[in-house]
Amino acid sequence: MKFLEDLINKIKPQFEKGGKYEKLYYVFEGFETFLFQLGNTTSGKGVHVRDAIDLKRLMMTVVVAMIPALLFGMWNLGHQYYLAVGEQAGFWYKFWIGIKVTLPLIIVTYAVGLGIEFFFCTIKKHPINEGFLVSGILIPLVVPPTIPLWQVALATAFAVIIAKEVFGGTGMNILNVALTARAFLYFAYPMQISGEVWTYLGGETTVDGYSGATPLAIAAAAEGADNVITAFANTWQGDMYSFGSMFFGFIPGSIGETSTLMALIGGVLLIITGVGSWKIITSVFAGAYVMGWIFNLAGATPFMALPPHYHLVMGGLAFGAVFMATDPVTATQTEKGKWIYGFLIGILTVLIRVFNPAYPEGIMLAILLMNVFAPLIDFYIVKANKKRRLQRATV
Amino acid sequence: MTETIKIKKGFNINLAGKAVKKISEIDPPETYALKPTDFIGIKRPKVIVQEGDNVKAGTPILFCKMMEKVKYTAPVSGEIVEIVRGDKRKLLEIKILADKKIEHESFNSFSISDITNLSREEASKLMCESGVWPHIIQRPYGIVANPDDEPRDIFISAFDTHPLAPDIDYILQGQENYIQAGINVLKKFTAGEIHITLNADAEISKIFSHLTDVSIHKISGPHPSGNVGIQIHHINPISKGDLVWTTTPIGLAQIGKLFLEGKYDASKLIALAGSEVKNPQYYRVLSGTKVSKLLNGQLKSENVRIISGNVLTGEKISKDGYLGYYDNLISVIPEGNQNELLGWFKPTFEWLSFHKALGLFSFLNSKDKEYNLTTNTRGDERAFVQSGVFEKVMPMDIYPTYLFKSIMAEDYDEMEALGIYEVIEEDVALCEFVDVSKHNLQQIIRNGLDLLLSS
Repeated sequence: MKFLEDLINKIKPQFEKGGKYEKLYYVFEGFETFLFQLGNTTSGKGVHVRDAIDLKRLMMTVVVAMIPALLFGMWNLGHQYYLAVGEQAGFWYKFWIGIKVTLPLIIVTYAVGLGIEFFFCTIKKHPINEGFLVSGILIPLVVPPTIPLWQVALATAFAVIIAKEVFGGTGMNILNVALTARAFLYFAYPMQISGEVWTYLGGETTVDGYSGATPLAIAAAAEGADNVITAFANTWQGDMYSFGSMFFGFIPGSIGETSTLMALIGGVLLIITGVGSWKIITSVFAGAYVMGWIFNLAGATPFMALPPHYHLVMGGLAFGAVFMATDPVTATQTEKGKWIYGFLIGILTVLIRVFNPAYPEGIMLAILLMNVFAPLIDFYIVKANKKRRLQRATV
Repeated sequence: MTETIKIKKGFNINLAGKAVKKISEIDPPETYALKPTDFIGIKRPKVIVQEGDNVKAGTPILFCKMMEKVKYTAPVSGEIVEIVRGDKRKLLEIKILADKKIEHESFNSFSISDITNLSREEASKLMCESGVWPHIIQRPYGIVANPDDEPRDIFISAFDTHPLAPDIDYILQGQENYIQAGINVLKKFTAGEIHITLNADAEISKIFSHLTDVSIHKISGPHPSGNVGIQIHHINPISKGDLVWTTTPIGLAQIGKLFLEGKYDASKLIALAGSEVKNPQYYRVLSGTKVSKLLNGQLKSENVRIISGNVLTGEKISKDGYLGYYDNLISVIPEGNQNELLGWFKPTFEWLSFHKALGLFSFLNSKDKEYNLTTNTRGDERAFVQSGVFEKVMPMDIYPTYLFKSIMAEDYDEMEALGIYEVIEEDVALCEFVDVSKHNLQQIIRNGLDLLLSS
C-alpha cells in the first residue's frame, strides 16, 4: 500500500495552505482519513495514549447494524413485488428487484447528502464529520420503494441543510436528520408517501384482489364490530398479516422497516457494542406496550382493542426504536432521561397511530417530537444534580 | 476504620513494561532543572538567582509575586548554569550544574515531640522557605496552596492507579517516621481532619495503615479510584466556598524529613517504565533530575515518547529533559506516527478500547493482558457527538459533557453549578482517553479553572 501513501503525499501539498486547491482541504482530509488512519500523535500535554475508537468506527458500527434490515428489506421488496403480480420467483430474483430499487436510492442519498456536507465543510472550514454515513443509509430505509428519486434528493437536501447545517452541523442538530427527511416527504409530497405506495410494482398489473395496504392502514380502517385481527385475516393474503409474519417482516412497508426481527438483530449489535442505548430501546418498546395495553382495556374502537403486543411488530416501531430514537445527538443525554425519553416515544407512537386516521404511523412524529423535548428532560435532570450540589454548600 | 468506598465506574489502562521492584544504581546526573511550569498557579514567577550563582539544596531560586512567601528552591547544590526562557520571555527552566557532593541548606530540626509544640506560623515558615511547600495543593483549582489559608480538611491518596504507576509503599519503604512527622506538621493547618485513603483492592498498606492522627478510608475499584479528587468527592465533597488541601505521600515524606533532619531532601525513588524500556525498574534520583542518564542504553528504539509522569496526565519531555517536581514516574512508549491503511476499520485485539464498537475486540481479552499503546490519536478531532461514555468513566455525581460545554461557553454560573470546583485535569483524563471526538478535555477543564480563578 506504499504507492497509495506516496500518491497521497504527492498530491497533498496542493490542498494545503498556499496550494492550488487550498479551499478543498477538508474534502481532501475527509478522503485521506478515510483511506488511512493518519500517523497523528497526541500532543505533549494531556493524554499521551488514546482509545482506539473514533467517529468513523462508531458510525460504521451503526451502518453494520443496519445491514440485516437492509438486506432483508431488499429481498422483501422483491417478495412483495412477485406476490402482487402473482408470479413465483426464486430468492435471487426477488433480491435483484430489491437491488434495482434500493441501490439508486442509496446512491442518490449519499451523493446529495455528502455533496452538501462537503460544501459546508469547505465554506465553514471544519473537518467532515462522519455522521452522514448513517443518515445516508437510514433515509433509503424509511421511504416507500415507489418514491421518486428526485423527491428523495430534495428531502435529503432539506434535512441536511435545515435540520443539521443551520444548527451548526454534526453534533449540534436538534432533530434526527433521517426522520426530518421522512417528515419533509410526508408533508411536502403526501401522495407519494401514503396509500398504495408500499409495494414496488414496476408498472406491472397486479393479481385480482391485490391490496398493498400496510398493517397499520388496515387496522386504522377497521370499523364497527370488526376485530382488527379478523380484518387482517380477511385481506387478500390472509396469513401475510399474522403476528409471526409481521414479526419477520413479510409485509409491505418502507424498505427497511418491515422486519421487527432484523431491527432487533441490529439492536442487539448496538447494545453489545454500547453504541445504542439499551435504556432507550427497551423503554420505547415498554412505552408502546403499556399504551397499547391501556387502549386494549378501554377498547372503544377496534384499533384500540388490538392486543398490545401487535403494536410492537407493526409499522416502523422496532426500526425507529433501534436506529432513530438512539441517535446520540438528538436523544436525551442523561441516563435517567433516556428512560423517560424512550418511554414517551413508545406512548406517543401508539397514541398517534390510534387517534390520527390521516397518518397511521406514529413513530416518526413521536421521535421528532421527543427530539424537541429531549433537552427539556435533560434540563430538569441536570438541574436536580445542580441542586444536590448547592444544598451541601455552606455559602 | 470506615466502610470501603466502592467505585464501579472507571477503566484500568494496563500497559506493558511495569517496573520490577529492583533499585538500579546510576551515576548521578550532572544537571538538574527547576521548571516553573510544573507548578500550576505560578502566574508571575520571579527568579532570585543569576547565572553563575552557587546554590545549596534548599536555596530559594524563585518565587511567585502573587504569593511571595512560598519559595521554590534548588533540589541540589551547584552552580546556576542557565535560565531558559521561551516565547514572550516565559520562564521555562532554571538549570543547575550539580556539585559532586551535595550540600544542604541547614534548617532547624525537631524531634517528634518538638513538632507537636511548634506553632503553625513557625511550621509554615520553615516549609515555605525550604521548598517543600509546593507539595501542598489547594482544591478547588489544583494550585499551590496559600500558607495563610485554613483548609477545611486535608486529603492524601496513599496509592496511584494511573497506568504504570509506581508502587507507593515500595518507593516509601522505611520512611514511616517521616510520613508520620509530615502528618503531625500538617495537622497544625486544619481544624478538620487529615483523610488518608488506602487501596482496598491491594494488600493493606503497611506504611499508611498505622499512622495516627488521621482518618483512614478505603476505596476499591478501577482507575481513577486512586485520584484524590475522586476520594474527596466520596468522603466529603467540595462545595462552593469550601477550600481543602491535598498532598502526596512523597510530599508528606519530604515534609517530615525536613522537620526531623533539618534539610530539604529532594530525593525520591522513581520508576522508569513502559513498553519501550529494556529493563523497567526503580531509580533513586533527585527532583528535577536530567533523565538522559537513566535512559542511557534503556530504550528499545529511537522513535519513542518520553513522558515525565504517566501516560494520562504527564508531560512530554525530550531525551535531555528533566523530571517534573511532582513526578515519580518516567513513562516511555512508542510514538505512533505511522499511517495505517483503513485503520479506522481494522479489527483488533491489540488496540485497547473502553468501547466495544465494530472490530474493537480488546474487551474480550483477559483483564491481565498488557497493552503496547502508541501515541497515535487513532482518529481525528470531530464535533462532540454525545454518547454517554464520559459518565461511565467518571465516578462522581457530575455530568462531564455539560461541564465541558459550560466551560466552552464561558458560562461561570453554570460551571460552578455543574461542579467544576470538584475536579482538576487528572479527574477527567479518562474522559479524554475514551473520547470518540478526540478533544483535549483536560485542557478544557484547566481553561475553566483559569477563568474562575481570574474572575
